[in-house]
Amino acid sequence: MTVQSSGGVGSADAPAAATRFLKLLGRVWAWLFLLALVLFFSATTPHFFDLFNFQAMGANMAIVLVLALGQTFVIITGGIDLSVGYVMGLATIVISLIMQHMVGQPLPVALLAGTAGGLAVGLVAGLFNAFVVARLGVSPFIATLGTLGIAQGLAYVLSGGPPVSIPIPGLGQLGNGYVAYWHAQFGLSFFEMPAGVTGPEVRNVSGFIPLQLLYALILTGLCAWLLSSTQFGRHVYAIGGNAKAALRAGIPVKRNLMKVYVLSSVMAAVAGLMYVLRYTGGVANSGDALLLSSIAAIVIGGASLFGGEGRITGTLVGAMIIAVIQNGLVLYGIDPFWQYAAVGAVIILAVLADQAKLRIAR
Amino acid sequence: MSAAMAMPAPVLSCRGVVKRFGGLVAVNNVDLDLAPGEVLALVGDNGAGKSTLVQTISGVFRADGGAIHLNGEKQVFASPEDARRAGIETIYQDLALCDNLTAADNIFLGREIRTRRLGFLPGIDESQMREKAKTVLDELHIRIPDLDAPVRSLSGGQRQAVAISRAVYWQARIMIMDEPTAALGVPEQRKVMDLIRMLKGRGTPVILISHNMQDVFEISDRIFVMRRGSKAGDFVTARTEPNEVVRTMIGG
Repeated sequence: MTVQSSGGVGSADAPAAATRFLKLLGRVWAWLFLLALVLFFSATTPHFFDLFNFQAMGANMAIVLVLALGQTFVIITGGIDLSVGYVMGLATIVISLIMQHMVGQPLPVALLAGTAGGLAVGLVAGLFNAFVVARLGVSPFIATLGTLGIAQGLAYVLSGGPPVSIPIPGLGQLGNGYVAYWHAQFGLSFFEMPAGVTGPEVRNVSGFIPLQLLYALILTGLCAWLLSSTQFGRHVYAIGGNAKAALRAGIPVKRNLMKVYVLSSVMAAVAGLMYVLRYTGGVANSGDALLLSSIAAIVIGGASLFGGEGRITGTLVGAMIIAVIQNGLVLYGIDPFWQYAAVGAVIILAVLADQAKLRIAR
Repeated sequence: MSAAMAMPAPVLSCRGVVKRFGGLVAVNNVDLDLAPGEVLALVGDNGAGKSTLVQTISGVFRADGGAIHLNGEKQVFASPEDARRAGIETIYQDLALCDNLTAADNIFLGREIRTRRLGFLPGIDESQMREKAKTVLDELHIRIPDLDAPVRSLSGGQRQAVAISRAVYWQARIMIMDEPTAALGVPEQRKVMDLIRMLKGRGTPVILISHNMQDVFEISDRIFVMRRGSKAGDFVTARTEPNEVVRTMIGG
């Protein structure tokens, strides 16, 4: 890697402008791709370009997005957290079992207890990953694969296999409800249906901003701030860029790595909580299929699995691209299993775009 | 030996420094003094213990014996961070920059300027960091084409300059440079040599590890030779010549 100074010292401005344009393109390609997908499906299917369809997509991507948020930090440090899917699954089981025992108690009390249990699962799993990766120096892939297995086993042992449901009234509203409701006759209301709406009239109520999407967007904002504007966030990038340099610069690398793995597992537990609210129960393998989607969202969003690169807005747009592809294929009447193939193709496209971007940067 | 005695009070003074790795004695009972504004070239064959000595001074390793004094005060560094806080800045062979971050981010790496947004949200003050980075780069006549670009996109010399301006910004009392010109083209090597002269002019002493005898003789005031972990010679540059230094290095 000898660096030749030819052209490096007094580089001309004309090619610089071209590279700047290409760099900008590299940064926004995912947004352009999303826009192209939206335009394509809007033009070719009748029901795609519709506020309520967009809301449905938003609600459907919320859990994957939350899983991906924490994982984004891990991937930027150059690591990976394979355990998030089953940590989420274990959290749904623990939350559901606790809340099952509290049937009859007021909803807030049961919910608080369940949430505490779920977050404890996330915290313990995160600390375990953190300890094995940062202190024992086991590679993240192996360490979190181990945790995946442990969480999977515990989730099945605790639940016995079948879903654990929670018969507490009002719970599902928190996961399936909307911020605002509108009915032509009964008017506008917030967080619950307008008073007096009953029977078939329920069909004529329109909901605005799904709560699931709201939760996910609040967490997205928090993570975006944490990653882009705080010292912790900057250190996450530094560790991914050059861990040795970060260490020499006096950055507590191990402590920061530990925080990152704890964050990832806690977000997985929060995703589990959102699942419980949506489906009023827990399932051991509820997060299994979401692991790859969440990593796909991050990679499509421009993060590098080698570390050092990635943004929360990228993860958001990646999750949106996946949601749009899934939704578009369904509206096309294509076998929904094709979505896996489509997402896989987009991942490869994203990585190619990333490599082209790096080549330009050199 | 006689050279050291003629010096004013040393900024850095190592006495009997020992560093072992298992049975291997990498640094064996080394005495080294560094005067204000002095450029000391540290030379020796591969494995002579130059890098280990330097990393012991800069807190990467903890000495197994001996003492390190900085401005007359005894220092025990538990980490590189400790050493940096005391004013010992090291510029490593592989630069120790984060390629994915900007020049300003690298200058402030681990010591980001913090602020509170909206009065309560803890954050880092990027505009102030950028401003101060620009000031120090200008001061050192370093031109970086795009301050917001990751340093990956900079040339080797520019990256070296970023590493040096980091040390200057944090008012290094001692600058340690490990092969700073090894990976550079000729014009960029000249630029780095100019920067070392500038540091000397500001009174900052420099320990320079180099294999390049031409550089060593061009820039150093003193040449400290190590062989098999021990001090093999200490020459005033003006009163020696390359053959003598090389002979001492290889133990002829």
